[in-house]
Amino acid sequence: MRPGRTLLILVPYLWLLALFLVPFGIVFKISLSDTALAIPPYLPTLDLSAGWSGFMEFLSELDFENYVFLTEDDLYLKAYLSSLSIALFSTVLTLLVGFPIAYGMANAPEHWRPALMMLVILPFWTSFLIRVYAWMGILANEGFLNQFLLWTGIIAEPLQIMNTNKAVYIGIVYTYLPFMVLPIYATLEKLDGSLLEAAEDLGCGRTEAFWRVTFPLSRPGMVAGSFLVFIPALGEFVIPSLLGGSSTLMIGKVLWEEFFSNRDWPVASAVAVVLLLILIIPIVLFQRNQQKQQEAEQ
Amino acid sequence: MSDPVSATPPVFAPWDDPSETPLIHFQNVTKRFGDFTAIDDLTIDIYEKEFFALLGPSGCGKTTLMRMLAGFETPSEGVINLAGKNIVSVPPNKRPVNMMFQSYALFPHLTVAQNIAFGLERSKMPKDKVGARVDEMLKLVQLEKFGGRKPHQISGGQRQRVALARSLAKAPKLLLLDEPLGALDKKLRTETQFELMEIQESTGTTFVIVTHDQEEAMTVASRIAVMDHGRMVQVDTPDRIYETPNSAYVADFIGDVNLIEGNAASHHKDGKIEIHWREGEPPVVGTPMVPIEDGTRCTFAIRPEKVHISKEHPEGKANILHGKILDIAYLGNISTYHVELPNGHVVKAQRSNSLRIERRKFTWEDEVWLWWTDTAGVVLTA
Repeated sequence: MRPGRTLLILVPYLWLLALFLVPFGIVFKISLSDTALAIPPYLPTLDLSAGWSGFMEFLSELDFENYVFLTEDDLYLKAYLSSLSIALFSTVLTLLVGFPIAYGMANAPEHWRPALMMLVILPFWTSFLIRVYAWMGILANEGFLNQFLLWTGIIAEPLQIMNTNKAVYIGIVYTYLPFMVLPIYATLEKLDGSLLEAAEDLGCGRTEAFWRVTFPLSRPGMVAGSFLVFIPALGEFVIPSLLGGSSTLMIGKVLWEEFFSNRDWPVASAVAVVLLLILIIPIVLFQRNQQKQQEAEQ
Repeated sequence: MSDPVSATPPVFAPWDDPSETPLIHFQNVTKRFGDFTAIDDLTIDIYEKEFFALLGPSGCGKTTLMRMLAGFETPSEGVINLAGKNIVSVPPNKRPVNMMFQSYALFPHLTVAQNIAFGLERSKMPKDKVGARVDEMLKLVQLEKFGGRKPHQISGGQRQRVALARSLAKAPKLLLLDEPLGALDKKLRTETQFELMEIQESTGTTFVIVTHDQEEAMTVASRIAVMDHGRMVQVDTPDRIYETPNSAYVADFIGDVNLIEGNAASHHKDGKIEIHWREGEPPVVGTPMVPIEDGTRCTFAIRPEKVHISKEHPEGKANILHGKILDIAYLGNISTYHVELPNGHVVKAQRSNSLRIERRKFTWEDEVWLWWTDTAGVVLTA
């Protein structure tokens, strides 16, 4: 191989090494340590001045105790399961909201599309935190939504949305909507209009043509969008901690509490490693979906 | 022998038979897109079992006309009758018409067999009959082995067949073909043209084909409609379109032609006229199809293959011109000679290359004589 090419390939590998593998190694090492009243708050720490025997002693002190602990307290299992179900449900919601938006965009007159695309991306120009805080203002008991509904007389009592799972769903759908809309839009926009005409020509009504042609052909976009929402939603921390209530159990929140409230870095690291292992499954499936789509396009 | 009428083979020409009712009847149809008039007050009849070709340059309205038949466009004005019923307000899925799309529009998520079955399943045909019909169609287009493949797993020519099979599966009264062979290479296209004709004959379906390829239209069609700017310029059989075009536009659009523009003068007694076209050149003698007055501006059109070329002065011919060979286009079976007259006008003459190359007698810069009979060309006033 030419040295230039090796160098070029080296860049992403160095990136991966420095920004993923090394931090992951550190976290994994902490997850095998014991908690201690020290700085940093775990033992053992690696002391290279002790030489080879010191290193062997360091290794012998590492164990999987914290992982065993995760299986003993059912809080963690519950948190993982609850995260999975919240992420899954919000992904479905995002799909239900996102598909019509993408469909509308793809069928809008061509000169409108860049503007509509802009509208979908525009919220990213504001800080994510500020947008989540804005939702607190909207969803609170004395917030805009309740005040408006009380004013119109639709409800007599303010709705309790804030600090419940509903608020978490709203927050996730709102935040991750563009990740759903854009891939679906990309597949719908590529769709050959003559396919729908052919379906009509062969006896389909408009609705049937949609279900028999548009819908199955937009599946790769829906799958890609769903993964792009599901994967980050699973480990989401900010939304459940700001919008959710005490009953909202998500693994991101548990992780935060272990780190900052309990200062139990080793257990927190074990939680993080397990979360990563859970995430590898949908990530691999996602990659396979993308690859299949690319092959189909060739 | 039996009586002489049955001895002559029946000629398929329902358009000449006043007792025939057309399958399709366009009555004063106009289609506008904003300010643009795609179809301009058009009236035309298409008969059952015809292979009707719509021919014209891009933007002439031929595709719009076809899409109105399929139901994807509604005319701004006028009536379209199919088998005696006005179909203007009938949606595409309710018309006994199927279309083969230029892009084929095969459903990429369905197999070849599922594509062909698509229309049948919509028509509430029982399941077992659908399967039998799909097999029948696969056999018709010789794709029996490919029923389980996806469209992206077969070749372009095979895709074209699948599209044809799919559009024929429902046995439509009328099949529309939008540039059906446009994506195929030349050799495959020629083969497929004959297959199309065979299928059209064996199924007895009325075909309307849109094409910009005049050779294709000439090969497959029973009648050709030459269109320009949303109007029918001429609707006729391929031979009549070629031999007796009604306008310089048609003569020029179909095949190769020499056009000589001039003024009609000095009628002969037998209806022939002289066309004075250039100082110093003898007038061209031609036979107009309808009598025209002296002084009328007209165009004499003659096909290159009807212009004879010789080294010696031909005696006693009606039209004789003298010139020098400027260019030779050698096409293998024929050669086209571009002969420049002393006044700079170029006339094309064609000879079939029945002799081997070393024995041909004309070459560049040769002084030659061109001649043709007084009935070889047509006199056009449009």
